[in-house]
Amino acid sequence: MKRRSFLKAGSAATVAFGAYKARALAESPLLGALRRRGNTNDHILVIIQLNGGNDGINTLIPLDQYSNLSKARTSVLIPDTKVAALKGYSGTGIHPSLTGLKNLFDDGLVSAVQAVGYPQPNFSHFRSTDIWMSGSDSKETWATGWMGRYLDQRFPGFPEDYPNTDMPDPLGIQIGNAVSLTFMGPNANMGMVLSSVDAFYDLVAGGDSSGSTPSTPAEEELAYLRMLASQTNAFTDVVKAAAGKGKNLSTKYPGGNNLADQLKIVAKLIDGGMKTPVYMVSLGGFDTHAQQVDTSDTSKGSHANLMKTLGDAIAAFQDDLQLLGHADRVAGMTFSEFGRRIKDNASNGTDHGAAAPLFVFGTGVQAGIIGKNPEIASTVTVNDNVPMQFDFRQVYASVLQDWFELSASEVKAAMGDKDFDTLPIFKSNPAGLDDYLDLVSRISLSEPYPNPAGDTAQIRLSSDGGNVRLELFDAMGRQVRVLYQARVAPGEMAVDVDLRGLPSGNYVLQLAQGPKRESRILTKR
Amino acid sequence: MPELNPPAVQRRTNTNLDAYTGSFGRSEVLHLLRRTLFGFDFAQVKSFESKTLEQAVDTLLTAPSSAPTPPLNNYSLRTNDPNVAFGDTWVNAPFDVNFENQRKYSLKAWLFQQTQTKTNSLHEKMSLFWHHHFATETLVVNLAVNSYAHHTLLRTHAFGNFKSFVRAITIDSAMLDYLNGRLNTKRAPDENYARELQELFTLGKGADSLYTEDDVKAMARVLTGWTINFLNKPYNSAFVATNHDSNDKLFSSFYGNAILKGQIGSSGGDKELDDLLNIIFAKDTVIAKHICRKLYRMFVYYDISSDEETKIIEPLAQYFIDQGWEIKPVLKKLFMSEHFFDNLNRSCIIKDPISHLAGFLIQTKPEYPTNDVDTEYSIYQLGRYYGELIQLDLGDPPNVSGWQAWYQTPLYHRTWMNADTFPKRNQFCDFLLYVGYVKNGYKFMIDVVDVALQTSNPSSADDLIADLTQWMLAMPLTSAKIAELKAILLPGGIPDYNWSDAWYAANDPANSEHTSQLAAVKSKLQGLLKTITNLAEYQLS
Repeated sequence: MKRRSFLKAGSAATVAFGAYKARALAESPLLGALRRRGNTNDHILVIIQLNGGNDGINTLIPLDQYSNLSKARTSVLIPDTKVAALKGYSGTGIHPSLTGLKNLFDDGLVSAVQAVGYPQPNFSHFRSTDIWMSGSDSKETWATGWMGRYLDQRFPGFPEDYPNTDMPDPLGIQIGNAVSLTFMGPNANMGMVLSSVDAFYDLVAGGDSSGSTPSTPAEEELAYLRMLASQTNAFTDVVKAAAGKGKNLSTKYPGGNNLADQLKIVAKLIDGGMKTPVYMVSLGGFDTHAQQVDTSDTSKGSHANLMKTLGDAIAAFQDDLQLLGHADRVAGMTFSEFGRRIKDNASNGTDHGAAAPLFVFGTGVQAGIIGKNPEIASTVTVNDNVPMQFDFRQVYASVLQDWFELSASEVKAAMGDKDFDTLPIFKSNPAGLDDYLDLVSRISLSEPYPNPAGDTAQIRLSSDGGNVRLELFDAMGRQVRVLYQARVAPGEMAVDVDLRGLPSGNYVLQLAQGPKRESRILTKR
Repeated sequence: MPELNPPAVQRRTNTNLDAYTGSFGRSEVLHLLRRTLFGFDFAQVKSFESKTLEQAVDTLLTAPSSAPTPPLNNYSLRTNDPNVAFGDTWVNAPFDVNFENQRKYSLKAWLFQQTQTKTNSLHEKMSLFWHHHFATETLVVNLAVNSYAHHTLLRTHAFGNFKSFVRAITIDSAMLDYLNGRLNTKRAPDENYARELQELFTLGKGADSLYTEDDVKAMARVLTGWTINFLNKPYNSAFVATNHDSNDKLFSSFYGNAILKGQIGSSGGDKELDDLLNIIFAKDTVIAKHICRKLYRMFVYYDISSDEETKIIEPLAQYFIDQGWEIKPVLKKLFMSEHFFDNLNRSCIIKDPISHLAGFLIQTKPEYPTNDVDTEYSIYQLGRYYGELIQLDLGDPPNVSGWQAWYQTPLYHRTWMNADTFPKRNQFCDFLLYVGYVKNGYKFMIDVVDVALQTSNPSSADDLIADLTQWMLAMPLTSAKIAELKAILLPGGIPDYNWSDAWYAANDPANSEHTSQLAAVKSKLQGLLKTITNLAEYQLS
C-alpha cells in the first residue's frame, strides 16, 4: 500500500530509493523543492474540536485489556459484546454508536492515533485547551496558535493588504463561539468567526434571519446596524458567493445534529470554491463527569449520543465530499483537550484524564491504528491515567509536512522552533504504517523484574536497530523519567529502572521507536 | 449597501415633559448615564444607583470645579520651540509660524484628553454639543491659541446662559477668523457670519425661520469693525470703529421691521451687538425650538414627529424662554421628564464616534503613563486619529454646520456607520484588547482582568456576563446569545466551576497554576470583551 501511494505521489526519486530511505532523504534539496511547490497546495484541513475532554477509553476500546478494564470501570464500561469491531484489528474495538466513523475506518479512510497527549498533562480544561491550540509545552504559555503560525508563514503580513487577488478568502473559518487561539497569528487572528450555524445563514441572507420585525426605534436601529455589520465584513461577499455557488449532495446529513450542520456549511463553502485552507468546527458536551452512560445499558447515554453525533456528522461530510468530488483535497482531524481517567467515578461518569485517541480521516490517510492499546493495570486507583504514546505535536507536524507539504524548516518554524517526528498518518508520509509495523522495525519489551519492585528494577528491550527511547510514566500519565534514549544496533539489551524517590503505585514503562510503541506496567511497592 | 431609509417605525409616545415618576433603578441609571456621559465605569453605575433621579440629574449638571490643565508642548523634542519648553503649555506663547500646526495637533489631542477624564458631569458631552453647534475648524483658524480660547469659551458657557453665549461667540477670535468676521468692514461687508448666526446658531432654517437676505446684509453691517488683534498677545478680538458702518440698519418684517440705531465711537460695536441680539432674540420661540430640537436629537432621538414637536419641543422651548435662556434648567427638565425615560426612547441612539472610542476607554481603563508628555499625548492623538477615521475629528468638524449625523435628514445618527467606519470601530477595541499601542517602550493596553474586576462577582461566569452585558450593551441579549458568550468562558458546556477555579488561580499569585490560568483567563476575557464590543448592540446608547 505504501509504495502504491508513493507512485501516486509521482516522485520517481523516492520510489527508486524506497520508502525507508526516502525518510532519510526528507531534508534533501530535491525533496525540499518538491515540498515547497506543494506549500501552496489546495489541501484543506477541517479540525473538529471535541470540547470538554473525550473519554478515549470508551471511544477506541482496548479489548485486549478488557479484564483489567472491567475491574477499573465498574459503571461506564461498555459490554464487550456490544463493542463494534474494527476491520483488521481484533484487539481494538470502537464505541457502538460511533458507527459512522467505524464504517469509514473499515473503508480505509481513517487513521486512528492511540494515546495522543503531552509529557506533563494538565487537567484544567482551559490550560489544556490552550496547550493544544497553541502547540506549546505544558509549562509554557504561548500567545499564538499552531494554525496561526502556519497561516502567517503562508500569507505573510496578514491582515495588511488582505483580502487580495491571490487570497480573496478568509485564511481560516471557525464556526461557533469566539476567535480561538488555534488561529491566532503573530499579528492578528487569522480566523473568520461565524459565531453559530445561524450566524452563517444570517450572513448569507444578509441580515437577521430571525424574522422578527422591529417594533421600537431601538430595534429598528439595531436591525440597521446588524444588516450593515453583515455587509461590511471584509469576507462577507466571498463567503456569500461561495455559499451561493456551493452545493451539498449527500443525503446522509442527519437532522438535529449541530456538528453535521457545521460540516455541511464547510462542504458547501469548499464546493463553492473557497481557497480557505483551514476550517474549525466544534462539538461540546464531552465533560462527562456524571451520567456518562445509562445505568441500564452502558452502551447508551450522553456519551453514546455524542459518539453518534460525531460519527454521523463525519460520515455525512465525507460522503458529501466524495459526491462533490473534493474528497482528495480534504482531511479531517478530531481533537479534545484531554481524555478521561481510567477508573470511573461514583456519579456514573469519568473525570479529567490525560492522553486519548485522535482520528484523522479522508482519502489521503493511511488507514489503520498507530500505536498500541493503552496498558491497563490489574489494580487501578482513582487517579490513574492513560500515558501518552504520541505527542500531539507529532500529529501537527505530520499535518504540516505531509498534508500541507511544508518543508522541514517551515514545519519547525510553525511548531515554535521545535522538532517533532512525524507519524505515518498520511499516505504522503515518507514512512508507511505497514513498513513500520511489519518490515522496518520490530521492537519488544520484556516484563520488568522484579514486579512489584522496590527502588530498582530491570527490563529488557529488543529492536532491529535505530533510535529507541524508554520512558517512565507515573499513574497520572506524567512523564517521570526518560530511562534510555540512543541509537542502537539490532539486538537485545537490559536497562535499569531507577525508582528511587518515587512514591509507590503503578508506573508505565514505554518503549518508543518511530511510531511504534510497547509498554509494560511496573508497580512500585 | 443597506437600505438608507428613515425609520419606518412610528413612535406612539404618550409621554410628555411631565416629571418622570417611575422607579429609578439600574436600567434608568444606565439609560441616563449612556445619554449624558461619553462612558462610565461600573462603579459609577453603582454610585448613581444610590441617588434619586433629581440627585442624579443635579450631579450630572454640576460642572467641574476647575478648568483642565491647558494643552502642553508635546512637539518640540526634535526642534526646539524657543518660546515654550517641552512639557510646558504653549497657550500663552506668542504666535510662531513654525509651531502653529504642532500646537493645533496638541490642542486636538488635548480635546481627546478631556473626554478621558472620569466624570459624573454632563459638562464634557455638552462641550462637544457646543463644539458641534458653534462649529469652528482648528486647522482653518490661523492661531492655535485662538482655537484654544474658543474651546475654553465653549466649556465656560456650556451650562450657562445661551444669549450671553451667542454674544461671546460672535466676537470670539476663532469665530471671527473662521467665518471671516475679522474681514467684515464697512467698505467690504462680509456676510458669512451674519448668515450662520441666524441659520445655524440661533434661528435655524425651519419653516418658521423667515429672515431675509436683506436681514443677512443688515446684520453683517452691524458687525463691521470687529476683528482680531493679531499684533499683540493674547490675540483677542478688537473693535475698530473706523471700520464700522455706523448707519442705522433696517430689518425685515420677520424682525418686526426693527431699526437698529447706528453707533459711533469705540463702544459702538458693543452697543450695536447688544441691540442686534435683542432683535434676534425677540424671535424667541423660533430660537428656543431650534436649540431644543438640537438637544433632543443629541440626547433623546433623531426623529421628531409632529407629536414630539407638540408635546416636547414646544413646551421645552417655552421653558427655555421663561428661564431667561439659562441652559441648565432646560437640560434638567428634559432629563427628568417621563418622555426621556419612555421605553420607546431608550437604546435608540447610535453612539457618536467619541462616545464609542472614549466610552470604551473609560469602561476598560487602560492606564495612561505619568510624567511622559510625549507618550501620553501620542495616546490622545491615537484616540483623536481614530475619531477622524470614524468621522468625528475633534477640533475639526467637516464644516460650519458641524457633524452631519446630528442634523442631516433623513439618516441622522446612521450617518456615523458605514462599510468603512463600522469595522474600524471594532478594530479600535480589538487593537487595545489584543495588541496594545506601544510608544517609547510604554504599552497602552487593556487589562481585561481589571475590567472583569469592576463587576460585582467575576468568579461567576453568569454574573460576570450579566454585569458586562447590562453595563456595556444598551439592549438585552437573547438567551441564545448569552449562551454563546458563556461558551467563550466555558467552551463545550463544561461546568461553571472551571471558570471560577481559573479565575481564583489567575488572581492568586501564590497558586501553583497562577501563570498559566492567568493566561487562559485573559484570553477568554479578551474573547468575551471583543465579542461584546463587536456586537451591533454595543453601538447603541
